Amino acid sequence: MDLTYTSEQQAFRQQARSWLESNVPAEPLASFDTADGFEQHRKWEQKLNAGGWAMVPWPVEYGGRGSDLIEWLIFEEEYYRSGAPGRVNQNGIFLLGPTIMEYGTDEQKARYLPKMASSEEVWAQGWSEPNAGSDMAAIQATAVRDGDHYILNGQKTWASRGAYADWLFGMFRTDPDTERHRGITFVLVPLDTPGVTVRPIEQLDGEAGFAEVFLDDARVPVSNRLGEENKGWNVAMSTAGFERGLMLRSPARFQNTARKLVALYRDTVANGEVEPLLRDAVVRSWMDAEAYTLNTYQTVTRLLQGGKIGSEASINKIFWSELDVHMHETALALLGARGELLPEAPGATGVGDWLDGYLFSLSGPIYAGTNEIQRNVIAERILNLPRK
Amino acid sequence: MEFAFSEDQELLRSTVRDFLAGEAPVKIIRELWETDSGRSRQLWSSLAEVGLPGLLVPEDRGGLAMDEIDLVLLLEESGRAALAEPLISTAAVAAPMIRDLGGALADAWLEKIAGGDAIVAVGHPVNRFTSDAHVADLLLLEANGEIHAVDPSAATLIHQPANDPARRIFSIEWKPSAASCVASGAEARRELDAAIDRGALACAAQAIGVGQRLVEMAVAYATERHQFGVPIGSFQAIKHALANVQVAIEYAQPVVYRAAHSVATHGRCRSVDVSMAKRAACSAAEQAARTALQVHGAIGYTWEQDLHVWMRRAWSLAGAWGNGAWHSARVASALFEGTAPTETFGYSAPTV
Ligand SMILES: Cc1cc2nc3c(=O)[nH]c(=O)nc-3n(C[C@H](O)[C@H](O)[C@H](O)COP(=O)(O)OP(=O)(O)OC[C@H]3O[C@@H](n4cnc5c(N)ncnc54)[C@H](O)[C@@H]3O)c2cc1C
Repeated sequence: MDLTYTSEQQAFRQQARSWLESNVPAEPLASFDTADGFEQHRKWEQKLNAGGWAMVPWPVEYGGRGSDLIEWLIFEEEYYRSGAPGRVNQNGIFLLGPTIMEYGTDEQKARYLPKMASSEEVWAQGWSEPNAGSDMAAIQATAVRDGDHYILNGQKTWASRGAYADWLFGMFRTDPDTERHRGITFVLVPLDTPGVTVRPIEQLDGEAGFAEVFLDDARVPVSNRLGEENKGWNVAMSTAGFERGLMLRSPARFQNTARKLVALYRDTVANGEVEPLLRDAVVRSWMDAEAYTLNTYQTVTRLLQGGKIGSEASINKIFWSELDVHMHETALALLGARGELLPEAPGATGVGDWLDGYLFSLSGPIYAGTNEIQRNVIAERILNLPRK
Repeated sequence: MEFAFSEDQELLRSTVRDFLAGEAPVKIIRELWETDSGRSRQLWSSLAEVGLPGLLVPEDRGGLAMDEIDLVLLLEESGRAALAEPLISTAAVAAPMIRDLGGALADAWLEKIAGGDAIVAVGHPVNRFTSDAHVADLLLLEANGEIHAVDPSAATLIHQPANDPARRIFSIEWKPSAASCVASGAEARRELDAAIDRGALACAAQAIGVGQRLVEMAVAYATERHQFGVPIGSFQAIKHALANVQVAIEYAQPVVYRAAHSVATHGRCRSVDVSMAKRAACSAAEQAARTALQVHGAIGYTWEQDLHVWMRRAWSLAGAWGNGAWHSARVASALFEGTAPTETFGYSAPTV
């Protein structure tokens, strides 16, 4: 066990820090769930990519730095520390990218990854359907082979950032005679394909954070298929592992929130407004963010030693999503009367982010597989409790 | 940066696990409840054969000269076995204290500890009562900020029967003297502070093992017990309650391992790290106890069922060497009053 950074790792941290310090926009960008904000974020991603920082663990030829996962964690720590913008292409770089790396052909890797790293192409995830939420294997959208094309029909929904994204990665039923997990194929769909209609949906905060996607005889080339025909479920499960497991929610994000919470508590005490009962909630938040970080470093060590992420990803997902809700609830309680103010309210200066963060944190236990589903997975696959 | 145990460390862990399963099955633990001392010198000698009491004792004193990183894994196993022998006071707290103090004290006791010939009880102000004083060959007691080495025959012990029949705790009446003083001033303060970190870390490690064992027992029971024609473990209320415990244990474990590393390497943040470990591990174990009892229903509420052997360990570990509130307060003062640094792996981000 060695819990110190090597001098190379420290140098890497320094390099990331100084690049971010001179490049992170001084003013926060508009929300990426608005048309303007989306483009501002795309520009930021292009700058990040030009600096070589868009996706540090990727191989150099796809726009990465060939870093290992420890360096990735260090980069994330510096990224959050610097107050840099949220990642508009997170579904691409964190979920689809690693999946293409595992299942894509060489042509697909060369075709998709560099444009993903630069966010020239921003991706949305098209799995959920009106009748297939937690029960994802119930999807009904179809892909029918027609020569060297698939003809897509059906409806996807809740696709994050689908309102402004360029591409969708989705699951479609290719074999109508199969049920459930079999006969599903993973297909990459340009959202400007004729027959594709995107309808934005406003989220709890009133912005178009996700979208419905209607497919009406939309034709895409067979070369847009990821993995084998009818084997899309396996491909998708590897994305799900990344999503819950590691990439999507790096510890730095929560450590950063925890630090802000500690600072908010200090300010509140300084103003003589504090409710003493909240002190322990702040301490617990901070300790849990540390625990999340430590657990992640352990997981990363295991991966570097050749291990894999399996069902433990479910444990992870429950922990970060509940931690995030708890931290934001605590912050709003600390803010007292200011907790209900929108960011533009004159009384919300400097603390307006907490409400937004709170609303978003509430979706954590729902997306990426609800926490109830994760508990089922832990019980059945880790504890081996009987399914029936 | 490598946050994992070595193969050797894991190997030693599984050796100790097998050893304890053979030497200290629950039947023996329960038989000891019924004895006057509640302890077995024979068992202690066997523990010494695998090197446990002298794990932190230097090699030239007959010990294994290992560190807390090795020790936590083995303490975890002792928790899994619900072992009540005084490993925490003797191996985790007293041995390194005597090693640090050196001199005649070390000459007199280290070899005996390593050989399994001496048990040491530690009376520390953070614990109102002193455990295992009745079987101790040496008492290390605090008075007025000093540490005294006291012969048990020079002290009067008042037994305080406790909820956990395996736990033997005492009030001690004794008189400090110049002759019994082995450390004072800054040295005593440093050792008394270190003792809290060492004791709390050891409790945290045992609590992890206790929690894991409780989950295993609850899972086994939920698989075999049927109601409404199906195993109760197929009910989602049972599954989710146990999944929640698993999450708590899984996120307490690395906190304990990091604290062990901090103590072993004298990290700047070790006290805060230990406090986080103590609170996380003990609250996970308490949650495991409550959940395992609920999963068992009435059978779990009987004296005969073995479940409460571990439930009571979870409770007594939670209170020893500073309870959850005590340790949270210590983290809080580091966070809010800046009395101690708080950082992860030597990296402290500036406060926002
Ligand atoms: C902010 C946000 C972003 C999202 N982004 C995307 C995206 O980009 N792409 C995409 O494809 N999807 C996305 N989703 C959809 C998300 O994956 C689904 O919401 C999720 O899988 C749950 O499906 P559902 O909403 O249909 O709820 P349902 O499945 O109908 O569940 C409703 C409730 O029933 C519970 N429940 C269901 N089944 C069980 C069971 N077996 N045991 C116990 N309880 C159960 C659930 O836990 C939940 O509490 C997003 C959702 C949100 C909130």
